[in-house]
Amino acid sequence: MFYREVGQYKSSYRADQAIFPITNDRIGVMLILIVAFVVPPLSGNQYIMGPILTQLLVFGLAALGLNLLTGYAGQVSLGSGGFMAVGAFGCYNLVLRLPEIPIFIDFILAGLMAAAVGILFGIPSLRIKGFYLAVATLASQFFLLWIFDHVGWFTNYDPAGVASAPTTTLFGSLAEEGGVLGFLAPINVLVSGPNATPEAKYILTLSVVVVLALLAKNLVRGMTGRAWMAIRDFDIAAEIIGIRPLRTKLLAFAISSFYCGVAGALYVFTYVGNADTEAFDLIRSFTILFMIIIGGLGSIMGSFLGAAFIVLLPPFLNILASHFGEGTLSGATLANLELIIFGGSIVFILAVEPQGIARMWQIAKEKLRQWPFPY
Amino acid sequence: MKLRNLVLSLVATTIAIVPFAVTQAQDTKEQFFPALVYRTGPYAAGGSGFWGGMEDYMALMNLRDGGVNGVMLKWEECETAYNSDRGVECYERLKNQGERGATVVHPLSTGITYRLIERATTDKIPLISMGYGRTDASNGKIFPWVFPLITNYWSQNTAKIKYIGMQEGGMENLKGKKIANLHHDSSYGKETRPVLEKQAEMYGFEIRHYPVAHPGLDQKAAWLDISRRYKPDWVILRGWGVMNPTALKEAARTGFSADRIVGVWWSGAEEDVIPAGKAADGYVAAGFHPSGSDFPLIQEILDIVHGAGKGNISPQRVGTIYYNRGIVAGIVTVEAMRTAQAKFGNIVLSGEEMRWGLENLSISAERIAELGADGLMAPLSISCADHEGGGPVKFSRWDAASKQWVEVTDWIPTDKSIVNSMIMDSSMAYASEKGIDPRSGMSMGSDCG
Repeated sequence: MFYREVGQYKSSYRADQAIFPITNDRIGVMLILIVAFVVPPLSGNQYIMGPILTQLLVFGLAALGLNLLTGYAGQVSLGSGGFMAVGAFGCYNLVLRLPEIPIFIDFILAGLMAAAVGILFGIPSLRIKGFYLAVATLASQFFLLWIFDHVGWFTNYDPAGVASAPTTTLFGSLAEEGGVLGFLAPINVLVSGPNATPEAKYILTLSVVVVLALLAKNLVRGMTGRAWMAIRDFDIAAEIIGIRPLRTKLLAFAISSFYCGVAGALYVFTYVGNADTEAFDLIRSFTILFMIIIGGLGSIMGSFLGAAFIVLLPPFLNILASHFGEGTLSGATLANLELIIFGGSIVFILAVEPQGIARMWQIAKEKLRQWPFPY
Repeated sequence: MKLRNLVLSLVATTIAIVPFAVTQAQDTKEQFFPALVYRTGPYAAGGSGFWGGMEDYMALMNLRDGGVNGVMLKWEECETAYNSDRGVECYERLKNQGERGATVVHPLSTGITYRLIERATTDKIPLISMGYGRTDASNGKIFPWVFPLITNYWSQNTAKIKYIGMQEGGMENLKGKKIANLHHDSSYGKETRPVLEKQAEMYGFEIRHYPVAHPGLDQKAAWLDISRRYKPDWVILRGWGVMNPTALKEAARTGFSADRIVGVWWSGAEEDVIPAGKAADGYVAAGFHPSGSDFPLIQEILDIVHGAGKGNISPQRVGTIYYNRGIVAGIVTVEAMRTAQAKFGNIVLSGEEMRWGLENLSISAERIAELGADGLMAPLSISCADHEGGGPVKFSRWDAASKQWVEVTDWIPTDKSIVNSMIMDSSMAYASEKGIDPRSGMSMGSDCG
């Protein structure tokens, strides 16, 4: 009824190839974006903006990065935590040592560092595939964290190895009052550090994630994405039709690591405010892999849906438990029940729809299109 | 069909939750305490034991005295699973609850403490990291909102080296000795590395660090290296959760005697040694309070709280190390609340008023006896500059046959001469990195000189 494309005719290739060819989709996405940019900051609810939405965006971005590599290019990786750490500590050092650079440039530079490291650890993918590659990428996880743990320079010689985000403005120190770019001072808001408002942190995170997600969407629709998918589906055939495996695979590693690196930087600067290597351990890499498996391999939206499932379900269950459980069950039972329900819902989702939540969403849209008729 | 059911049930739960998200207004005066608990995961023994004790103590105040000077104590649990991200989530969820927001936060995890220091400072909520957390936060001039109460990690470490020195027949005999520091590879575990290196230099012993990755179930390589190659005179076990019994078992397997292993207080609970069985016999661990349920206070809790069926832990665990740590945390928190009430009146306190209470907290030996906790904790006195209090440390040996901790030393004072200068250096470095001006004179308040 509200979701029907009947009567929407395309009169140009351009219109036919739009990201959202159906007008209803386009309106829906615009509405979601407007709501996302406007409603949480207006509500002023720190809890919703911080640990719920910012966390979701950060891990959604990391999952998106891994999804480009695993879901689109078919290269299984367990190194996402390590690449996030490169971005996080890279960005920390950039901001600490070169405060002149605007923070969003820092994010890009940190992403590029992660990309360079990703290329390095992607080299084995030219010879090994599947599970073997996953094990080989573990090396990055251990090696990178070991470096950040044992070379004090990366954490500015903090005794506990904690990199704590310095107070940073959007355009860097040059744009402060009296600086070269002093005319930017009125809009040069604080975006990290303890005095930055949750609103500023949230909007910055959201902007970065929206831009990168849009970029990813276009990437996978174009030449690069098609080459990735060809490699994923049948690498020998892909090579025969002229796709160079070396370039394609390494590009996938680079771009995937770039996304993970930016996610790591956002984790430190706009979400938690500080981080040590514990935040990017092997469990983190596994969690990100689970996000894309549950959300849907090879789907941009699936990355965010999977992240939402993994990040938001435990607190949601916890809130449920604290409201309904008081005086009924012991705290220990409730805490364990939460794990059981969480685990059970993973099994449920994968049993009902092995292709993840994104596929469920697609089916729902199909049904909506025909609604109220069954066929 | 299935999909429809799924959607319908999701909608139904959302509708069911919405009314609960709205906080109800309360008539009675209630002081709110967030409980960042962990009852699941590899460290569940610590989280459930500590909060069992703390909640039992608060329940005793409510049931026996009708609250603290008429103000009831209220708490809400939030499961962190010892995960830093979830700790931040829990903190943000609970910090604004209650009439005047969260009063104090016990993160009960060094990792979560690190995540929360800046947030709590901005939100003006005192962060009590009792016997854990960031050591240099003991400098109240730089960290006005953080309280590593009683004894911090570095102080504890000096007491431990003193204990080892006593066993060797004097500190001068430490020269040339070899000590292995087997630590949990986390911000908690790494915290004592600088002080150990400093002391190694001072006393002339050799120190080698052995990090063990979370959760600590794989220590074969570390222990082979310790027992067969390095052959140290002493091993400091700085473990946590399941890492501890694993370490003791591996030590026994590789032939390293348990009585040459000295544990920190997060490695010195019943849950850490009982799973290791005989391998833990003779193992010595530090503590800032003993175990046992013979204290009049704990008997009263068993009687009033557990007797009324309102216990927050199974009665068998009452009197264990973690439980008693929760009791001590309860005493410190409630006494700080009383101190603040004496100044601000018997009202629901804000975080700022509670901080005043903490900075002027003084628990004398008489007061401890009055509380029925004689011997459970040492007297404590906090000031604006000193957020630790410099509590002494006791060492206990585990007797595997009787399944009991036997105290082997009296209270051993910590060595402030080493720790204070290190805290000063480290906290000043933090202050200059963060651009913090140390509090002094008037800015510390009229009661803070």
